[in-house]
Amino acid sequence: MTTTSDAPPKAGFRPSQLIYDTRYRSLTIQVIAFIALMLGLSWLVSNTITNLSALGKDFDFGFLGQRAGYDINQRLIEYDSTSTHGRAALVGILNTLLIAVLGCVLATIVGVLAGVLRLSKNWLVAKLMAIYVEGFRNIPVLLWILLIFALMTEATPQPRDFREGGDASMILGDTIAITNRGVFIPAPFWGAGAGILLAVFLVSLVAIFFWRRYAHRTQEQTGRILPIGWGTLGLLIVPTAVAFLALGMTSGRVTQPVLATGATEGMTLADYAASQQTINACAVPFSTESLNLRRLMRSQEIRFNYVAVEDAAGALTALEAGNCNILSLPASVDIATVPAGAVALSDTIRRGMPVEFERPVLGGFNFEGGLQLRNSLIALWLALSLYTGAFIAENVRGGILSVSKGQTEAAFALGIKPSRTMRLVILPQALRVIIPPMISQYLNLTKNSSLAIAVGYMDVRSTLGGITINQTGKELEGMLLLGLFYLVTSLIISSAMNLYNSRVKLKER
Amino acid sequence: MKKSVLFGALTTAGLAAGAAQAATLDDVKERGELNCGVVTGLAGFGAPDANGVWEGFDVAVCRAVAAAVLGDPMAVNFVPTTGQTRFTALASGEIDMLARNTTWTFSRDTDLKFDFVGVNYYDGQGFIVPTALGVSSAKDLDGATICIQTGTTTELNLADFFRNNNISYEPVPVETNAEGQQQYLAGACDAYTTDASGLAATRATFENPGDHVILPEIISKEPLGPLVRHGDNEWADIVRWTLNALIAAEEYGVTSANVNELASAPGTNPEVNRLLGTEGELGGMIGLENDWAKNAIAAGGNYGEIFEKNIGENTPIGLARGLNAQWTNGGLIYAPPFR
Amino acid sequence: MSDTHSQTVPFVRETMIPQAEPPVGNRGVILWMRENLFSGWFNIITTLISLYVIWWALSHTMPWVFRGIWNASSLTECRAIRDATLPEGTSAACWAVLTDRWQQLLFGFYPRELYWRPVLSLVIFLVAIAPVLFPRVPRGALLFTAVSPFVMFWLLWGGTAWFPISIGLGFVLGWAAWRALAPMAGTLVASIVAVALPIVYWLYTAGPLARELEQVIPFRMEYVSSQDFGGFMLSFIIGIAGIILSLPLGILLALGRQSDLFIINKISVGFIEIIRGVPLIVWLFTASLLLNYFLPPGTNFDLMLRVIIMVTLFAAAYIAEVVRGGLAALPKGQYEGADSLGLSYWQSMRLIILPQALKISIPGIVNTFIGLFKDTTLVVFIGLLDPIGLSNAIRASTEWNGIYWELFVFIGLLFFICCFSMSRYSLYLEKKLQRGHN
Repeated sequence: MTTTSDAPPKAGFRPSQLIYDTRYRSLTIQVIAFIALMLGLSWLVSNTITNLSALGKDFDFGFLGQRAGYDINQRLIEYDSTSTHGRAALVGILNTLLIAVLGCVLATIVGVLAGVLRLSKNWLVAKLMAIYVEGFRNIPVLLWILLIFALMTEATPQPRDFREGGDASMILGDTIAITNRGVFIPAPFWGAGAGILLAVFLVSLVAIFFWRRYAHRTQEQTGRILPIGWGTLGLLIVPTAVAFLALGMTSGRVTQPVLATGATEGMTLADYAASQQTINACAVPFSTESLNLRRLMRSQEIRFNYVAVEDAAGALTALEAGNCNILSLPASVDIATVPAGAVALSDTIRRGMPVEFERPVLGGFNFEGGLQLRNSLIALWLALSLYTGAFIAENVRGGILSVSKGQTEAAFALGIKPSRTMRLVILPQALRVIIPPMISQYLNLTKNSSLAIAVGYMDVRSTLGGITINQTGKELEGMLLLGLFYLVTSLIISSAMNLYNSRVKLKER
Repeated sequence: MKKSVLFGALTTAGLAAGAAQAATLDDVKERGELNCGVVTGLAGFGAPDANGVWEGFDVAVCRAVAAAVLGDPMAVNFVPTTGQTRFTALASGEIDMLARNTTWTFSRDTDLKFDFVGVNYYDGQGFIVPTALGVSSAKDLDGATICIQTGTTTELNLADFFRNNNISYEPVPVETNAEGQQQYLAGACDAYTTDASGLAATRATFENPGDHVILPEIISKEPLGPLVRHGDNEWADIVRWTLNALIAAEEYGVTSANVNELASAPGTNPEVNRLLGTEGELGGMIGLENDWAKNAIAAGGNYGEIFEKNIGENTPIGLARGLNAQWTNGGLIYAPPFR
Repeated sequence: MSDTHSQTVPFVRETMIPQAEPPVGNRGVILWMRENLFSGWFNIITTLISLYVIWWALSHTMPWVFRGIWNASSLTECRAIRDATLPEGTSAACWAVLTDRWQQLLFGFYPRELYWRPVLSLVIFLVAIAPVLFPRVPRGALLFTAVSPFVMFWLLWGGTAWFPISIGLGFVLGWAAWRALAPMAGTLVASIVAVALPIVYWLYTAGPLARELEQVIPFRMEYVSSQDFGGFMLSFIIGIAGIILSLPLGILLALGRQSDLFIINKISVGFIEIIRGVPLIVWLFTASLLLNYFLPPGTNFDLMLRVIIMVTLFAAAYIAEVVRGGLAALPKGQYEGADSLGLSYWQSMRLIILPQALKISIPGIVNTFIGLFKDTTLVVFIGLLDPIGLSNAIRASTEWNGIYWELFVFIGLLFFICCFSMSRYSLYLEKKLQRGHN
């Protein structure tokens, strides 16, 4: 519209045009807005500088390198109280991401289920779901978190009750213990061949992908429907199971010596333990050898310290350095390379299956071994998922309702089974309506995870934004980092989901 | 009345941009109210009653300062602060003083730019465990799950203690004392750790207090006391000497019952006379009326009275004086001379 | 043919037989149950499972609720009464904590004899939003709506009435400036002056003016400090103030985001995304820990006011998105029609676009308000005594140490009633709007 020839000649420009001429006025407004913004920002910054200097504080992030001094119970990476504040923040960030991912997955499942069930023909189920949805949508999430946490603390037995005479017991063949400190589940340990097992599993995933593609193509070309579901299930389980058994036959039965320094040939472990003041066992964390060594010592009620080493070479170095005096030999080590002084005991351990599970057992105060899913994690996870799930349920319901009934009827008229109708006709159309609000629900869940402190879950808000700020007095820097983290996370989630959204969006031409 | 109070919350909205940093005393006098930061709720130390009137051991210090400065112990604006917001509230001038069982530490006194004016309670961190656990020492707690309030020094002490003794533990952070108590009673943690006074107060409210035992180890020194912003020495002096006046009053037998009588005419003890303003001009030296100490003592009684009324052995909290007895009785509570 | 045959009279029915009821299994309750609960084996199983869930939940909670003890002065007393009257091992709620402390949960520490003031302001608020929510109320009532925030402010905090009046004068001043200048100097200059003048007035004149007026004509009520505010009253005040104050800013941001002006657009987008990308609790901590850093040295704010400011900014970003949705939903013809009439941007916005866009946005705004109202519980983390904060404080007192379910149930119930009724209203509005479109 506007071309250079339309513009008035330069000579005719009067300053008043900046105000009255619509062509220039927008420029004027923008410049004014920009100047106002800059003035406002510089005002804030200069205030901050004055205030900081008045309080005698400085602005630097050096505190991130200082010793943190506090402990964190749930840590996905190595951390103890001598680590730095920066590492504490990292532990918190990982915990936040963990709860966000877990929460989004469960919230989706709960939400889709509840949304579909709310449309159920069964009056009772529909009403129950309506109560669930309205109940969770209309009560603050903080209250739900507190309620669920209190419920879990009160309603589940304490570890003490699992002792003789207590009224609680482990479930699923003594593998899982549900206590009010958390749920203890068996922990996987990786032995020789675990890599092969993983590779087989990955290959079968790829095979599944191709199988489904082949099945779809066959159906399109010939109309023959291949059993996609059973094929997928078979491919998922059979090759991995076969590989597991095969590897178990070869490596799982191999026994290997337990090496100890300062022992005489053929000494039993019990005698050796009696001869030493302390037993320090070198082991690679989550390897089956370490598990089997631990089992052996536990069964003989020997107390020992656990020295974690990186790998086989690390174990040998640690043994030579005297950091540990007993060694579970990683599978890859040739006996000949073992340093002098280490002698094989008469007890041996098995090298272990490709994957073995360590059961939690009741120790002095609490269950030991296995994986502990802490109550704080579970309560927060449940509360956030149920809360967000209620919102997602409404989105799902709205999405399904938005698909006209004629679609279902047409699909039935074509003789398509109800389950296929749902999957191939209704859901693809409903998803376009469901996904955009779902993105903002995921964002909300991630942001709501910052309420973790209410149940003592150590997320980034509690570590960096809580204890660290409190101990160092660096609230400005801490809050800045915290805000930045959430902002970046939100932007990443929303852009990733928007990308997906634009792919499923109806292509209008 | 030249109360800037008129302007409600908005007073504040940039209109009352005064120098909060320099003369706290003038601000308080002009405002007609003392802004005192307290705990959001800790039995015996500070909690609102059914009428919303704040009561407790720390609260009494606020009331005494208000009485000394303004002559009215009720002229206090209590600002509940959490473990996390307390220091900023003080640093920003939102509150004039903080009386919220806060431990006097080096870094808080220096790096965080506050001045601790004294100690009103000598505390230490202890553990409470169920008797059924059969634990007799904190060193037996290897592998135990321990509930702990976040945002406090106890967290750091705990980490240090277990590290020094080379034993392991699992911390369960909780946000408030009430929550810690709930977790502990439900058995979600084997032990609960906080200041020994808090443990006693907590145990007192249990359904069966006898089933729980406080372990003998005190793993830290926790001198709790009121604090003010660094830099306003006059104001720090006022708070410091109000606290000292309460302590001295107990030493010299000045109580809320006899303070008016003793203050009406000079008595035999010159130190009491100087304290109560019947002799000398001590009040003027810190910019207050001469009857400041009398008002402070009349507000809630002397240190001993405050102790007995809020946390003493006859209250549900049931704390013995112990370290907090007067130095004359073998305790650490000691006021410098009023001279 | 036989006789018998000839004598038979052919049966012809002359009247309709009365309509018979459907068989028992096919009508009334039984039909309904069969169709809705037992229409197939799968349905029967789900019904049975649901029934079991309901029975389980009720049998675990109802005895506790109905055995509840209402008269006691402390938890210990509650327990004593329970042990004395009920068989060993039964649990019973101790509702006595509510009879003892319900006022605190609702009003915080607001002076008891002044409870009428918050209640009255709530009534005023409800009356004031009526013209906005229900189109049948005469438009003239909007004037009352405009004045009501100042009245509510005065009622809640008390103090001199001249203060809200002198603040309100600022708006009048700005409006007057605009009316006076717009014909002479053009809208741009006029609007800049109309914005700048009141700000200068508020900063330098409003306070002294109110003080002078107060001295000349005293007109005041007992002052209540914001430290005494708490409980549901606090939640309501923060929520309502947040929404009302954020509306203008939210609308401006929405317009800014739609604007073609590059800088304005980017500022708006940046603001909205930054606010929405960071959790409210971080903003609240910013309000509590950092806001004092950003303001001129010595400025000192009430914590509650700081929270309201932050919540306002927070809500504005969400409102902006809601309004943007409303703007986008308007048919393009409306914009073009306004342009073709030769209306300026602001005229077209004020007279054509915004009235329609805001109307469709009301359900969204109500939903934002519900969310904000629920989120006010987060202020507990910065030490304000909202219902949850008060429940902590109550649990810290020696009488009620160790109680929690009763308080949580009460708080949850109140929140549910408020939010549920509001969400029903917004649903009703949505349906009405949908019908309007057809």
